[in-house]
Amino acid sequence: MALYSEKVMDHFRNPRNVGVIEDADGIGEVGNAKCGDIMRMYLKIEDDVVKDVKFETFGCASAIASSSMATELIKGQPLSEVRQLTNKAVAEALDGLPDYKMHCSVLAEEAIQSALEDYSRKTGKQV
Amino acid sequence: MIYADNAATTRMSEKAIHVMTQVLQETWGNPSSLYEHGQRAKTVLENARGEIAALIGAEAREITFTSGGSEADNQAIRTAAEIGRSKGKKHIISTAFEHHAVLHTLERLKKEGFEITLLDVHENGLVVPSEVEAAIRDDTCLVTVMYANNEIGTVQPIREIGEICRRKNVLFHTDAVQAVGHLPINVADEPIDMLSASAHKFHGPKGVGFLYCRRGIRLVPLIEGGAQEHGRRAGTENVPGIAAMAAALRESCEKMPENAAHLIRMRDRLIAGLSAIPHCALNGDAEKRLPGNVSFCFEGIEGESLLLMLDDMGIQASSGSACTSGSLDPSHVLLAIGRVHDVAHGSLRLTLGEDITEEQVDEIIGAVKEVVTCLRGFSPVWRDLTSGKKPFIL
Repeated sequence: MALYSEKVMDHFRNPRNVGVIEDADGIGEVGNAKCGDIMRMYLKIEDDVVKDVKFETFGCASAIASSSMATELIKGQPLSEVRQLTNKAVAEALDGLPDYKMHCSVLAEEAIQSALEDYSRKTGKQV
Repeated sequence: MIYADNAATTRMSEKAIHVMTQVLQETWGNPSSLYEHGQRAKTVLENARGEIAALIGAEAREITFTSGGSEADNQAIRTAAEIGRSKGKKHIISTAFEHHAVLHTLERLKKEGFEITLLDVHENGLVVPSEVEAAIRDDTCLVTVMYANNEIGTVQPIREIGEICRRKNVLFHTDAVQAVGHLPINVADEPIDMLSASAHKFHGPKGVGFLYCRRGIRLVPLIEGGAQEHGRRAGTENVPGIAAMAAALRESCEKMPENAAHLIRMRDRLIAGLSAIPHCALNGDAEKRLPGNVSFCFEGIEGESLLLMLDDMGIQASSGSACTSGSLDPSHVLLAIGRVHDVAHGSLRLTLGEDITEEQVDEIIGAVKEVVTCLRGFSPVWRDLTSGKKPFIL
């Protein structure tokens, strides 16, 4: 039995939306190097919709796959939807994660919420 | 495929497979049975014992077969602790980077009232003999120091430590799981009281190992229920496994000089190649290390990703990152040599087999360079390091 689902391995091998948005409207970072996982999310927001999203991740395969899947799930989505994104949705979209790796999906949710908060702070808009 | 995880396990040798199969097919009797068929199995068992003893300079009766290195470690430590307890001596000295078979047994003994001193292994991953001497007290009943470390490959000054223990009249055990079959070991010549070994680390089968215990020290059985192994370990002996272990050890010892020379050349080529990657560091002393062990930390990346990407490129290796250890902490070995968490997560262990070629070493170097560059390319840690936001550690 493989450690990860095919979908996790696909997103790990070919992560979507990797990189940086220089003029991001919101940046979120969670985790720390001590624990071995750091995720940074960059959002470009127009008319309350996620126009673009990029990520950078330091972490294991499931952390990279969770970040990648999370960006896919929110790209082009209205902020009201993005606000509702849960770690469970990320994990399910990846066809599941091993129990002890579920925290990777939590990090992905938190990174996005943190980027939204940063956007609110910068713009004064409630999301 | 390039298998570079020989410290995890080795492929069984053709010879060992042949011997094992032969015993399974022909000498499958119970060595405790008195009829001919059983006694033939007994002969196979005792021949294997004699052969293994001779290969490490021991006497046959000093060899007890176990299920592997972990059991041997447990039994050696338990034995020394019982002897100590009977004399009111409840202090044990070990090191911070032992295998968990040793560390967890010591933790258990701590709960039973023993005091444990774990020696520093310093940045180079080596125990300093004078520090062993300084740590020995009147109530010390055991010093246990591994022969060679399983993660960073450093080979300890076993003779010096053993001489100190002998002089101070303290039992000395060494977990030699990574060393037996790879380094010349002679207990007739080295002051070692107990030594643990595991067959699958030297091309023998899994689930079998042995404990050398110097004559005069009475082993405490962990498993009760029969008179096998002179009452030191109950249970019908794993005759096919034991016979195959003897065959594998003979082969490893016979080929040791040429294997070691080749492996050291390959190891040093690999170390030189990987050292060219910026912001990385070799773990453990460059010279006092196992012939096939290469261990590095790469800053800005995480080990599990590194080894899964290498797996995609046909290279099997190992890492001491938290994700591979199943906890939040990276390997206790890397922390023991002073690697901070951030760096220890980015570790890679490559342990070469005797059949490794120069071309394969170069292929590994190329693949590791490619993967490290790829992972650093989207690592926020690497971005902070290269932009000057955080200082480099390596």
